Amino acid sequence: MSLPLDSADLAAIWLTLKLASLTTLVLLLIGTPLAWWLAHTRSRLKGPISALVALPLVLPPTVLGFYLLVALGPHGPIGALTQQLGLGTLAFSFSGLVIGSVCYSMPFVVQPIQNAFESIGKRPLEVAATLGASPLDRFFTVALPLARPGIITASVLGFAHTLGEFGVVLMIGGNIPERTRVVSVQIFNHVEAMDYASAHWLAGGVLICSFVILLLLNRRGRLTVMPGARR
Amino acid sequence: MIHIRLKQQLAAFTLDLDLTLPARGISAIVGPSGSGKTTLLRCIAGLERAEQAFIEVNGHCWQDSQRGLWLAPHKRALGYVFQEASLFDHLNVQANLNYGRHRSAEPASDQQATQIIELLGIAQLLQRSTSGLSGGERQRVGIARALLANPRLLLLDEPLTALDPQRKADILPYLERLHAELDMPLLYVSHSPDEVARLADHLVLLDNGTLRASGPLQTLLPRLDLPMAHSDDARSVLHGQVSACDDRYQLLELTLDGSPLQLRLPHSALPLGQRVRVAVQARDVSLALEKPQHSSVLNQLPAHIEAIEPGSHPAQALVRLALGDNVLLARLTRYSVDQLQLQPGLPVWVQIKAVALFD
Repeated sequence: MSLPLDSADLAAIWLTLKLASLTTLVLLLIGTPLAWWLAHTRSRLKGPISALVALPLVLPPTVLGFYLLVALGPHGPIGALTQQLGLGTLAFSFSGLVIGSVCYSMPFVVQPIQNAFESIGKRPLEVAATLGASPLDRFFTVALPLARPGIITASVLGFAHTLGEFGVVLMIGGNIPERTRVVSVQIFNHVEAMDYASAHWLAGGVLICSFVILLLLNRRGRLTVMPGARR
Repeated sequence: MIHIRLKQQLAAFTLDLDLTLPARGISAIVGPSGSGKTTLLRCIAGLERAEQAFIEVNGHCWQDSQRGLWLAPHKRALGYVFQEASLFDHLNVQANLNYGRHRSAEPASDQQATQIIELLGIAQLLQRSTSGLSGGERQRVGIARALLANPRLLLLDEPLTALDPQRKADILPYLERLHAELDMPLLYVSHSPDEVARLADHLVLLDNGTLRASGPLQTLLPRLDLPMAHSDDARSVLHGQVSACDDRYQLLELTLDGSPLQLRLPHSALPLGQRVRVAVQARDVSLALEKPQHSSVLNQLPAHIEAIEPGSHPAQALVRLALGDNVLLARLTRYSVDQLQLQPGLPVWVQIKAVALFD
């Protein structure tokens, strides 16, 4: 029996994995310093920024996708900028999808890392300072290694959450084969075409994959359950 | 010398100090909770930035707000041992020890490192993970880690408070050995009169952010105007050296500094000439006008009264006595003081019932 997935399905799977990996990487690069700042700042901006980061937890994905579409489109601020730089508009492109996913999965990465930094507390960093470590040195040799469990949780949650995204993708990416058509959109296509068998294979794949990821995370005893988290 | 001038507004009071401490030995910082002891250490370390401060340690200036000079903590050659050992749990013991040593401009030499590890008794722990260590072991590793960076000043903030009495008793001898063998100055915040009597050379008494008194331990402990003399376990510390050992009765004879007077106490033999300090509780001292005959008390020494003050309880009186160069504190009943007509200047015989020896 041959695999009941056609080339469009395989392309969607490949694109989804690429999107989730790239998004996770970008989120770790942006989210770690942001989480550090949120964990240590006494600035008045902490409240508003925290709320902004957590917004995707409660916002319908279509709302987020809509505003991103407007911002990235030819008349939006980001669209105008990218056009001036000669990059064209990012709406309906893979880059646009990455930007959307980064926004959408931000709280799933920032919050576990922020929690990890906060639970380390100030003391290990003060000890490192009195042992001659500069602030950057302390961050890399003490804070990051001690926050490792939180960073692993964040990466896995960010990856898994991006795998399952649908509304944001549809709004800003559309349904373009090999460019923006990810697994969740492809499942929707199959259902629209009444091809339930193909939809089952893909949907079942995502279901099992997500379950295994969460199971592994739970086994490590480090699953951070986020209040109010929803798809 | 260590010079510290600090002015820092805190929530409850203002920390306002002008302090000069000896360049070596242990200076104990004591005072009621919330009198600013920990804040003082944190300001010295640069973990807190005092608004107005001048901090100079043996010729190296770390902060001078008049010149706008402020060194970040990682640029100050100091060691800081916190109440809980705060080892890095992602590193094993050896890597913890290396953390400060590798970052120090003048780290301990290999020979010094071996000596420090030996001194603190942690040689067998080097390859262990920190999670398997007992509280006392963690604290010893924490102290060694600070020392291996070869700091110019070691700050200890109640390093034994988090330990149970047994672990405390285990670690005190290590601190005494450090004291005897290291050249660097130590500032030691403590709540325990026992630790202070055993370890400190110099005493700093804080009260509500201000300096109540600062001076050599043996002169401050018996000062009747300070709270230590009025506490229930008030004691005086005497210095002397071993002048004889009696094997038959297992007694040690000490000659007190600045006098021909000798103290005897039950103790196993020590090398002749070794310098020791002993502590005598005020409640273990009694007075007589003539040399007591037929007494079981080992130590009967001539002294004269320097001062008499009411004690903390209305029935009690505190008597300060000169014993050669040493000062001794006695706690008597006010009734006895009146009966014997004790007064300053009067020669008396002191009987000392118990002596604790710290070698």
